[in-house]
Amino acid sequence: MLQRLYHMLIKEFLQMLRDPRMRVVIFGIPVIQMTIMAFALTTDVTNIRLAVLDMDRTPASRELISAFTAGRYFRVTHSLFSQNEITPLLDRSEVQAVLQIPSGFAKDILTEETAGVQLLTDGTDSNSTAIVQGYAGYIINDFNDTMLTKRLARKGITLSPLQITTKSRAWYNSNQESHFYYVPSLIATMLFIFSLLLTSIGIVREKEIGTIEQVMVTPIRGIEFILGKTIPYMITGYISMSFMLCIAFFVFDVYVRGSLLLLYGLTGIYLAGNMGIALIISGSASTQQQALLTSFLVLMPSVMLSGFMFPVSNMPDPVRFATICNPMRWYLDILRGIVMKDVGVTALWPAIAAQTALTVTFLTIAIGRFKKTLS
Amino acid sequence: MNLQRLTAVARKESLHLLRDWRSLTLALAIPLLLILLYGYALTLDLRNVPTVVWDQSRTPESRELLSLFHSSPYFTVQGYHENYAGLQQALDQGEAMIALVVPGDFSAKVHANKPVHIQILGDGSDANTSRLAMNYAANIGAIYSLAVTSEQMQQKGQGKLKQPIELIQRSWYNPGLRSQNVLIPGIIALVMIVVAALLTSTTIAKEWETGTMEQLISTPLRGPELIFGKVVPYFCIGMIDVAFAVIMGKWIFDVPIVGNTALLFGMSSLFLAGALFFGLTLSIKLKSQVLANQLAIIAGFLPTLLLSGFVFAIENMPMPLQFLTYIVPARYFIAILRGIYLKGIGLEILWLNALFLAIYAMIMIMVANRKFSFKLE
Repeated sequence: MLQRLYHMLIKEFLQMLRDPRMRVVIFGIPVIQMTIMAFALTTDVTNIRLAVLDMDRTPASRELISAFTAGRYFRVTHSLFSQNEITPLLDRSEVQAVLQIPSGFAKDILTEETAGVQLLTDGTDSNSTAIVQGYAGYIINDFNDTMLTKRLARKGITLSPLQITTKSRAWYNSNQESHFYYVPSLIATMLFIFSLLLTSIGIVREKEIGTIEQVMVTPIRGIEFILGKTIPYMITGYISMSFMLCIAFFVFDVYVRGSLLLLYGLTGIYLAGNMGIALIISGSASTQQQALLTSFLVLMPSVMLSGFMFPVSNMPDPVRFATICNPMRWYLDILRGIVMKDVGVTALWPAIAAQTALTVTFLTIAIGRFKKTLS
Repeated sequence: MNLQRLTAVARKESLHLLRDWRSLTLALAIPLLLILLYGYALTLDLRNVPTVVWDQSRTPESRELLSLFHSSPYFTVQGYHENYAGLQQALDQGEAMIALVVPGDFSAKVHANKPVHIQILGDGSDANTSRLAMNYAANIGAIYSLAVTSEQMQQKGQGKLKQPIELIQRSWYNPGLRSQNVLIPGIIALVMIVVAALLTSTTIAKEWETGTMEQLISTPLRGPELIFGKVVPYFCIGMIDVAFAVIMGKWIFDVPIVGNTALLFGMSSLFLAGALFFGLTLSIKLKSQVLANQLAIIAGFLPTLLLSGFVFAIENMPMPLQFLTYIVPARYFIAILRGIYLKGIGLEILWLNALFLAIYAMIMIMVANRKFSFKLE
């Protein structure tokens, strides 16, 4: 049995790596993609283009504007003179926000009335806008605090307004850099896409061009065929993951804080589960186009509902419940846990258990169905 | 180019597609799934951030502060702990994303009007959510402190303390900041690249791999007739998918189209043409379905998902990457889609984007025709 498997593996590796373009697709592209995407996936919002319509034009209004430009968040790109200028600017996306200070602003401040100031934001990017609004609220709160203290001092009251400052600290990622968060997720995504597509299409290809019949007339048995088809992709999956971890370290300064051994072991379970899904797909597809589309039907929701870009806690309950059978969701928990939080089996056991159960289920279904197809 | 022969190829390709019901169903089901996913399940709006609390103070004042967190739509208080180990465990296991620590001297300091620090620990491994959540938490702190100070001033007979500046925030084009309003228009681009580039990437390579190309060569058919004929049925599927997206967006997810619907379809067909011939070029050049597929995903799907401004704003990317996005056609298309859907603007502003889409489609059509050699090697 081992000898037959060995020959099968040699055939598979030769077939897979014979085409130099294929070598690039398997080893080069996931790594390059991961690097580019990690730079692209950033939610750090800085340098927000701000237009200012200052209808008051007093020292007080200028003070407020400089409070906005003091940090690294806002940068004034346009100074407006009339309200008519606002719409074209936002329509053309030349600015992301418009600060509107009404006339009488300084007077309100002087008479201690509440002065209203408006911030118009471009809602076509709701995520950035939420962050922009958060920053603006922060700046105004700060401004208010300073001003209240001054006012009370002027009245001879030493009582300073109570300040509840929040000392925020982000654990695991103290600079809150997006790279750090997305790099492990990208590794999981790339592994999923490539192992699923390459395996399922690889098997269906033999069916479509008819070479599977040649394999079937050899004394090779079902299980050997399955192992021969999947082991090469498991190995290439491990190799490209190692490449990606190197890039993560050298380019993004993201290193594995937890146990490398545990990470590799659990990655094996993840890859094996993906092989199971790929086998199920290839068992039912008869053309490569079908295999591709079916894989995609599985891929899309798995990636989207894994917590990669969209937090699982934001999803509606039925969907959140459904993510239980999404292997990528669990693998992301494991990957982030080991890479970023340095946690071990004690914290990760629910994810590990779920992952293992899914892998076993997929493989059982796959082997059962595949044997039937072969005979 | 002979129109009759072209129609014959289109008919042959349509028959292939119709007979292969599984591919056809998938080509229509994948877009539906995408739209439903983005419409129902995926949202970047921050709600119900799981939060754990360590209230060291246990006083009416601290409970009042915490009640603000309880009633906020942004936070869901999951539980209380008595030490850092408990908070750490909750964050480690991903049960909570935010941990609040109210210090023991909270109430004393509030009465003495001294600054108090509340500690907020965020799970920085999800930088986006934790940053937003921390901003919201800080704002709750500010609301509380203003309320307390104002109350104390009143007690001292100073009259009501007014907030010096009130910031009124209004977001244009999308007043409630609904992420569906932003994602559903973007979906059209994603759906089309999936259907167009992925489906066509297999077509020509398939004829070479299964050997039927030789039969086609022996007919009087010419190259361009084959290429254009092959594209026709996929073009129809793509446009049906756009219609799906528009209808579902409007009737199921209440995403209004402020601008011109006809323009929307016109621009979609331009983008679709570019995407179809992009897939076809890969298929022609690589002559292998696996390779063409992989490249269609890598060079078509992933950039459309990630480098187009669909989810991640281009402005926030590092400079070199921003330049890279100029060669991603979806960048122009998504700007057009959001312009038409949300801003209600037309070609008077979007003409440059439309021009780029047209140029891209032209280049792809030319490249596909030039690379295609209708000969045996």
